[in-house]
Amino acid sequence: MNFVNAVGVGLKEIQAHPLRSLLTLFGILLGVSALVAMSAIIAGNERGLKEGLTAIGGLQKVRIEAQPVPIEQRHLRDFATGVTIQDVRALAAGVPEIQELAPHIRLDIPPVLSANGKSSRTWMTAGCLPQQLELMEHVVGHGRMFTALDNEQARSVCVIGTGIRDELWGKPTDDGEEIIPVDQMIAINGQPFKVIGMFQHYEGEQDRKARELARAERLAQRAAGATNTLDGPKRSRGWGGGGGRRGNFSYWIKNNTVYLPLETMRQQFILGDTNANPNRITVIEAKIRDVEKLDTALTQIRNVLMITHRGIEDFAFRTQEDWADRIQDTMKNARISGGLIAGISLFVGGIGIMNIMLASISERIREIGIRKAVGAAGPDIFIQIIVESVVIAGLGGLSGLAASNAMVWVISQLTPTENAPIITWPAMAVAFGFSVLIGIVAGLFPAIKAARMNVIQALRYD
Amino acid sequence: MALLELRNVSKIYHLGGEEIRALDDVSLDLGNGEFVSIIGPSGSGKSTLMHILGCLDTPSKGSVKLDGTEIASASQRELARIRNRTIGFVFQFFNLLPKLNVVQNVELPMIYAGLNSRERRERALQALDLVELGNRLKNRPSQLSGGQQQRVAIARALVNNPKIILADEPTGNLDTHTGELILALFRKLAAEGRTVILVTHNPEIAAVTPRRIEIRNGRIADNVDRKLAGLDRIVPNAAPAVAPA
Ligand SMILES: Nc1ncnc2c1ncn2[C@@H]1O[C@H](COP(=O)(O)OP(=O)(O)OP(=O)(O)O)[C@@H](O)[C@H]1O
Ligand SMILES: [Mg+2]
Repeated sequence: MNFVNAVGVGLKEIQAHPLRSLLTLFGILLGVSALVAMSAIIAGNERGLKEGLTAIGGLQKVRIEAQPVPIEQRHLRDFATGVTIQDVRALAAGVPEIQELAPHIRLDIPPVLSANGKSSRTWMTAGCLPQQLELMEHVVGHGRMFTALDNEQARSVCVIGTGIRDELWGKPTDDGEEIIPVDQMIAINGQPFKVIGMFQHYEGEQDRKARELARAERLAQRAAGATNTLDGPKRSRGWGGGGGRRGNFSYWIKNNTVYLPLETMRQQFILGDTNANPNRITVIEAKIRDVEKLDTALTQIRNVLMITHRGIEDFAFRTQEDWADRIQDTMKNARISGGLIAGISLFVGGIGIMNIMLASISERIREIGIRKAVGAAGPDIFIQIIVESVVIAGLGGLSGLAASNAMVWVISQLTPTENAPIITWPAMAVAFGFSVLIGIVAGLFPAIKAARMNVIQALRYD
Repeated sequence: MALLELRNVSKIYHLGGEEIRALDDVSLDLGNGEFVSIIGPSGSGKSTLMHILGCLDTPSKGSVKLDGTEIASASQRELARIRNRTIGFVFQFFNLLPKLNVVQNVELPMIYAGLNSRERRERALQALDLVELGNRLKNRPSQLSGGQQQRVAIARALVNNPKIILADEPTGNLDTHTGELILALFRKLAAEGRTVILVTHNPEIAAVTPRRIEIRNGRIADNVDRKLAGLDRIVPNAAPAVAPA
């Protein structure tokens, strides 16, 4: 008997018992859709977390900041300078692995920003150099970033994030009309500054889509409302970081950033303070040329800083490695638990198939006897039963794939965040492969049993 | 050389320590083209003999040769192949597959012979024409009368063009008239030169076959019981009870 015939016989058998086959199929359907949906959700989470990681500069970024002098160096405490402008120069000269250096100064107390009759405090107000823009993956949406000249001359200019604009000037309207406060004045701790630029609005892929979708819907509603007076009042929901769903924390931070030139920051807010070290920098962000050489770069940075700090270890490095590792760990755990759940449901589905196949062959003993009497050999019967089981499992697998796609679609409609699930081809292939494998394994025992059946006993059976 | 040669064949069943000799030292030759009936009282071993002749079973002792090939030591696979190519079975309870229609049932042996679907269809139609059921192709067995079902079974037995047709009580479940029609079919096959072996309780059938083998207690009886063989009803060499089809 050839394979096509065997598949035909299997399909006919399934057709003959539609309800039973459907119920059996359902077990596999659940398992496969659990597997695919689970992996889609995990993949979505992973993308969300990684998106957050790249939004703050990714693995290439090293953050150098001051830390208390270690205990064994306590006696040198008074010589500790913290991170300074001199460090920046030394690093620029002495560490070839560094591609970009961006020192910035933040005030110990978040400054008060006021404009348009409103005020707000933001902790993300920093004095920095123009290259900070690139290093922190900022993009100026309106106006311009300050230049090296602005910095040298310590001009009172600043660039703000859309979150600040939302707070002080108001959010964009539902139609996408927004206020662009470029050339407006803003007071920082009472000192007048000119807003010369505003960053673009940062949001995850999914947030953007959700916002566009909502907008399209509103427009459609409004178009309908022109002729339909029953249209109710519209609800206003902006998309700023402050209101409603906060989205990814990384984006929220970026949207609430204010940059002013480093020199301006020093001259206006630091130099007047007699307690402060005038050269002190809060953080140096360094971008490494090559992630692979992170360790080498860190050693080089340490060596240089040990010289400028005269051996006092009052500085520390922060990389995103911990974050990346945490993402990996979280993903691994999610995969294991998700895989376990899907595995169990597939296993249960497999037992269901085996059960049905056993029931099916015991009610077909006579049929098997007849087939053998007219010339079916053991292997023919074996193939027939295996094919039946694989066809049921395979159909279950296919409908499971369909179901998981539907499920994932529903999930992504309900929770349009950057963590929206992603169905991948490998996940579908693996899940389908598993369903076929389960069909084979579950069919094995019934098939062997049927193939070994004694002809005469089978013929007599009723 | 005979088509079938049985030498000292025994079939022994063990039931709870007790030994049942369903066949006891049977030796028998059947020639090519013979038309034979196997008769005997219930439980005498007729079906057992037929299973061995039909390669459905192998003997516990002794040798069975079909066309010179030893069956007693053949593998299950070889036996299946012989059943498929050389033997056609007709059973008392028809043994059609209820979920398949008439043509599909007749095609069944050819599936295992590896014929393609066009050839299968063609030969199934021929065989069904032969049993005059060319007009009921799409019916399920349950939609046919007993006699029609048995004719489908005969078509199925013939479709791989076997040398031997084996029938175990083929008319046992049919009324007299239908039985006669079926018997007529067997006579036609025998007349065409096929070896036809009928197991029967029915003296009228036994009366038709030129040769009768009587089994008693698992052994071949020396002389045939005239009543069982239907010989008391007819004068030897008289016209058969049923006219050739
Ligand atoms: N699988 C078996 N196990 C044990 N005993 C068996 C088995 N098959 C047959 N027998 C015994 O072998 C003997 C012959 O059985 P068989 O079926 O050949 O008789 P038969 O002549 O066909 O009878 P009937 O005319 O009633 O069909 C009987 O005594 C039966 O009980
Ligand atoms: Mg019998």
